[in-house]
Amino acid sequence: MNLKSFTFKGGIHPPHYKRYSEKAEIEKAEEPKVVIIPMQQHIGAPCEPIVKVGDKVKIGQKIGEAKAFVSAPIHSSISGIVKKISSMNTPTGSGVMCVTIESDELNEIHENVMSKGDIEKLTKEEIINIIKEAGITGQGGASFPTHVKLSPPPDKKIDTVILNGAECEPFLTADHRLMLEQPEKVVYGLKALMKAVGVNKGYIGIENNKPDAIKAMVKAAEKESNIEVVSLVAKYPQGDEKRLINAVTGRVVPSGGLPMDVGVIVNNVGTASAIANAIQTGMPLVERVVTVTGSAINTPKNLLVKIGTPFKDIIAQCGGYKETPGKIIMGGPMMGLAQFTDEVPVIKGTSGVLILNEKEARIPEPDPCIRCGKCVDICPVNLQPLFISQLSLKGQYDDTQKYHVLDCIECGSCSFICPSKRPLLQSIRVAKREVLAKRKKS
Amino acid sequence: MENKLIASSSPHIRSDETISRIMLDVIIALLPATLASIYFFRFNALKLIVLSVLSAVITEAIFQKARKKPVTINDLSAVVTGLLLAFNIPSSAPWWIPVIGSAFAIAIVKQFFGGLGHNFMNPALAARAMLLASWPTIMTEWVTPGADAVSTATPLAILKGQAEGILPSLTDMLMGNMGGSLGETSAILLIIGGIYLLYRGVINWRIPFTYIGTVAVIMLAFGGGIQNTMYHLLSGGLMLGAFFMATDYASSPVTKKGQIIFGIGAGLLTSVIRLKGGYPEGVSYSILLMNVAAPLIDKYTGPKVFGEVKQNA
Repeated sequence: MNLKSFTFKGGIHPPHYKRYSEKAEIEKAEEPKVVIIPMQQHIGAPCEPIVKVGDKVKIGQKIGEAKAFVSAPIHSSISGIVKKISSMNTPTGSGVMCVTIESDELNEIHENVMSKGDIEKLTKEEIINIIKEAGITGQGGASFPTHVKLSPPPDKKIDTVILNGAECEPFLTADHRLMLEQPEKVVYGLKALMKAVGVNKGYIGIENNKPDAIKAMVKAAEKESNIEVVSLVAKYPQGDEKRLINAVTGRVVPSGGLPMDVGVIVNNVGTASAIANAIQTGMPLVERVVTVTGSAINTPKNLLVKIGTPFKDIIAQCGGYKETPGKIIMGGPMMGLAQFTDEVPVIKGTSGVLILNEKEARIPEPDPCIRCGKCVDICPVNLQPLFISQLSLKGQYDDTQKYHVLDCIECGSCSFICPSKRPLLQSIRVAKREVLAKRKKS
Repeated sequence: MENKLIASSSPHIRSDETISRIMLDVIIALLPATLASIYFFRFNALKLIVLSVLSAVITEAIFQKARKKPVTINDLSAVVTGLLLAFNIPSSAPWWIPVIGSAFAIAIVKQFFGGLGHNFMNPALAARAMLLASWPTIMTEWVTPGADAVSTATPLAILKGQAEGILPSLTDMLMGNMGGSLGETSAILLIIGGIYLLYRGVINWRIPFTYIGTVAVIMLAFGGGIQNTMYHLLSGGLMLGAFFMATDYASSPVTKKGQIIFGIGAGLLTSVIRLKGGYPEGVSYSILLMNVAAPLIDKYTGPKVFGEVKQNA
């Protein structure tokens, strides 16, 4: 197999740390006794609970209704009794309305969960509707409702669907294992996506540090003449939508624009597999593959976890903590969200639970900027992080716009590479928020 | 357990690189040339190098202590400055020359402007310029390498017709067996050091290659043939300047385009000074001049943001 590998300009090469879990086959996690299902798991409007305390619910039953367009319904991942509807801590924030369900251990599946037939017989609209009703959101981490992505305004001509199997975040192996173990499902999901937006060309982009996954996907897509597996250079942030589109098609998404502006829709391989599930079995998005890994966990694993399972439970299933944890991160180490407790639940966007030990978690003391220019060299958006950060730290937020602060994709490459350990991204983020807040006001 | 968890914002991992590691790399890269200068110029070289490094480090410590700031001599940047300054001093110089030079470099050029990363000029070069202006005779008294050091002229002075003498062979120039400042004589060892820095990613090709390339092209065109060009490339501080001085982070541009302009500019100035100026050697002044222009260059060479073209079109 000698595929040429494609990529974009800039980027960094953080250590992969994938060896912890890349050989671990996807395992079904233990059935949770209690699940806490947040009514907001995605970018967009929160859902409204449509069950009450004391109700009996089944697997796949809708428990949260999406009222807005940019939203996705939420389903129960277990069968049992609704115990509580209250505001709780979730991985993306505190004070989010959550439905707590206690399992009856019967594993009853809701009667609405049934096969939706074959892609060939479904219309575009039907596929999009299945995806919407199944509450499918992007599985890469950002969790944008998938059906919204699939409904571009009529003036945007889409001609390409790209599946993101780059998985460029260090430590994470969930997508890798999924592509290796269930490549047919990924291809099926891609075909559904292509039909849903009426395009002829589909790509699956995979970093070349996962040759086995590339091989498996090539084999699974063998018979599909309009699906191509693209080998990508293993480099961070290769999995960023715009970088991925650039590497695969050579197209450049305009600053401030969206992939659809260049005729492309990007979805994660995990999302494709969830779509395949929703069509083939009718099961909405109630579970996902989560990589549980890091230096402070005993047995790193890739687990198929029910949405709503507390982190604590799956950590326990991985042999618990090997040493005192210093940081618990949802997602990868570059863009993931640090948690202040392990009692938050797995949500649709939980690609990984990463536990760093106390030493790794320590925040380094920053030294003065020596203007080495490394952050400028590697910025995938061609920004000059040192100058933006300098202005931000001085409170000159307005001036950061001259340096295109809003184009920052918050990948964290600059902070990673900085030899002085300066809080580059952290300060740029502050400037972005300030600029946006000011714009909103005026 | 909960209150022990750190919940800072991403990214959560950092590269292993640190300032002291970068400085250590520079010191490692300078080591071959340092040893060669001790070999060629004997005890006097050793004495000047040690004095220069020590006074740089001590000046930094005293200054930071006096201002009640954390003492940062462990980052090794003062060692680098001291070493580089020593490289710019003739082996016949008296002991107080490097001491004054280093103190000036660290106190005035580096610390007065805010310390590490804030110097607007290369401290070692600025100190050299100061020494040259204050003690011109001492700073231009060259001796032949070896134990029986006698007065000699540098190849560039001979080329320029400012001094009598026979040009050393190109091999001697490559190895460093000729008159000149302590560290600038052995071109080959400086190049090896430069390659090490490139390999380690401490510097990139843009400044040194455009600098040396520009000098080569101009000398070929106006400097009197291939042989003269070789003399121009291998002598004087060109290799030292191109790999170790012009690449100083704080006083050179951070943008890719800016670094190329910086290198070409330094090459142009060096060539003009060598061919038309009063001094036989132009590396120090051309880098210093370009240092002053660096902020301006940075300002006008900001990279085009990803996706910017299409949006404006």
